[in-house]
Amino acid sequence: MSVLVYTENWDGKFKKLTFELISYANEIASKLNMDVTALSIGDVSDDELQKLGKYGAKKILSVKDAKLNNLENNVYTSIISKAATTTNASVVILSNNNTGKAIGPRLSVKLKAGLASGVVDLPSSYEPFIIKKKIFSGKAFANVCIKTPVKVVTLFQNSFEIKVSETNAVIENIAMDANKADFKTTIIDVNKQTNKLLLTDADIVVSGGRGMRGPENWWAIEELAKLLDAATACSRPVSDEGWRTHEEHTGQTGKVIAPNLYIACGISGAIQHIAGISSTKCIVAINKDPEAPIFEVADYGIVGDVMTVLPELISAVKEFKNSI
Amino acid sequence: MIKILVCISNVPDTTTKIKFANSNKTLDSVGTQWIINPWDELALTRAIDIKDASNGYVETVTVAHVGLIDSEPTIRKALAMGADDAIRVNAIANDSYSVAMQLAEVIKNNSFDIILCGIESSDYNNSTVGGMLSEILEIPSVSSVSSITIENDKVQLKREIDGGFETISVASPFVAIAQKGIAKEPRIPSMRGIMTARTKSLQVVEGVQADALVEYVEFELPVAKSSCKKVDAENVKELINLLHNEAKVI
Repeated sequence: MSVLVYTENWDGKFKKLTFELISYANEIASKLNMDVTALSIGDVSDDELQKLGKYGAKKILSVKDAKLNNLENNVYTSIISKAATTTNASVVILSNNNTGKAIGPRLSVKLKAGLASGVVDLPSSYEPFIIKKKIFSGKAFANVCIKTPVKVVTLFQNSFEIKVSETNAVIENIAMDANKADFKTTIIDVNKQTNKLLLTDADIVVSGGRGMRGPENWWAIEELAKLLDAATACSRPVSDEGWRTHEEHTGQTGKVIAPNLYIACGISGAIQHIAGISSTKCIVAINKDPEAPIFEVADYGIVGDVMTVLPELISAVKEFKNSI
Repeated sequence: MIKILVCISNVPDTTTKIKFANSNKTLDSVGTQWIINPWDELALTRAIDIKDASNGYVETVTVAHVGLIDSEPTIRKALAMGADDAIRVNAIANDSYSVAMQLAEVIKNNSFDIILCGIESSDYNNSTVGGMLSEILEIPSVSSVSSITIENDKVQLKREIDGGFETISVASPFVAIAQKGIAKEPRIPSMRGIMTARTKSLQVVEGVQADALVEYVEFELPVAKSSCKKVDAENVKELINLLHNEAKVI
């Protein structure tokens, strides 16, 4: 019996969230006296696959086929479902990212396995299986009981620490069990920026709101972000005004992120914006209004004008970097 | 000619204070204002816009909802926005799977070419019904859809991927699971829309037997955060010190 993890790859490489999933699976597997099996779909080298062994994967199933390089929901679902059946998986784990959201529900139906999506912790109990997830965009939690023998879980990014657990992993190449007719989507075009740090991958994010007063002031955010190896984000009014692109909009209907540090500059802290950052480990707020709601959720705050504070913060970071 | 179905759910509005009852076993919905789930509302807006611009290629936009009679005001709002007709499955929405089973039954008994679902609902944040529906019906699904257009009777979708997007076409019938960007803002019902909403068809069908695969056993509010530590604007260096030594995030 196993705990199966779908390990997505990006141009043949895994990300931090992949290793979070394996660590998480490893913890569950040890409680259930099972092994962790990882399933990779796509062109991933053996060297890259071996990395999964470092975090506890005992067996690594790898399916390669050119047709699988773009996500086809039903085909990926079939492959994962078949692997779950052959490895007698008790729990199937995916990330709660775009792919996990696309596949998880299909997998749930195919395996007749209850799904808990966006979980933030290990199960609090295994018999019955109860696990905690966020609800109301982070304003509350629900403890969900999965009643079926097989469970599907999608894990919220950055909610579990990576833990090394060196394992001698065995790689097994398996054939794709789908034919051309199963592929129903046609990719007409791909539009991708490969060198930019993605907002959803960043450990540190520097974000700006209307309090920044205009796009001409964004140099300060960009400079601070560059110094901290951070990604940049913004509130909804800023992207609606066209000061920044929609890709940067963080909030309930924009990106929901969970970095280690989020620096909110000139952001008042509307509920919809907070919904996008509620799982952040540490929030810093800079705002000239001491009553701004953002201070209610921030861990640290500076009351002051952003365009006065940011340049000083930039100098302070430069000094800090030179000292360490 | 094609028919579009938009699946909508009924959620508490964003400003509702979240509270629980029955020893945290149920949501306390007394005094709650109910609205169309924001993502579904945007998907519906896009569907109606597409129909308006399609020169008759899109015949109708139907909305479907699983819920009891008290969700009818929300359905009428969808009709007021411009949906042509509505179907309500008279059943309690126990979990996503049972909701998807009910919607699948509606789709099997009708014929829709494009089924649109919002990617998640603002109450349970389960990104599940759309995907489950497509698997039950054994039809293709495309998720994270940020754009849907019909040109020369051809449907094109944009799917968001890490770092960008893919432009896709897919064989119908299919489920498009829509995220932000599918429409800029929700359509506001016109006066005429509100008037005609009352007379547009709202068909009620009985639910079918569908097991729930999960159960919500207990709710919790987040642990209260300790209050914000203020750093003086004159002493910004102190913030760096705290972030490094105390929070350990830089």
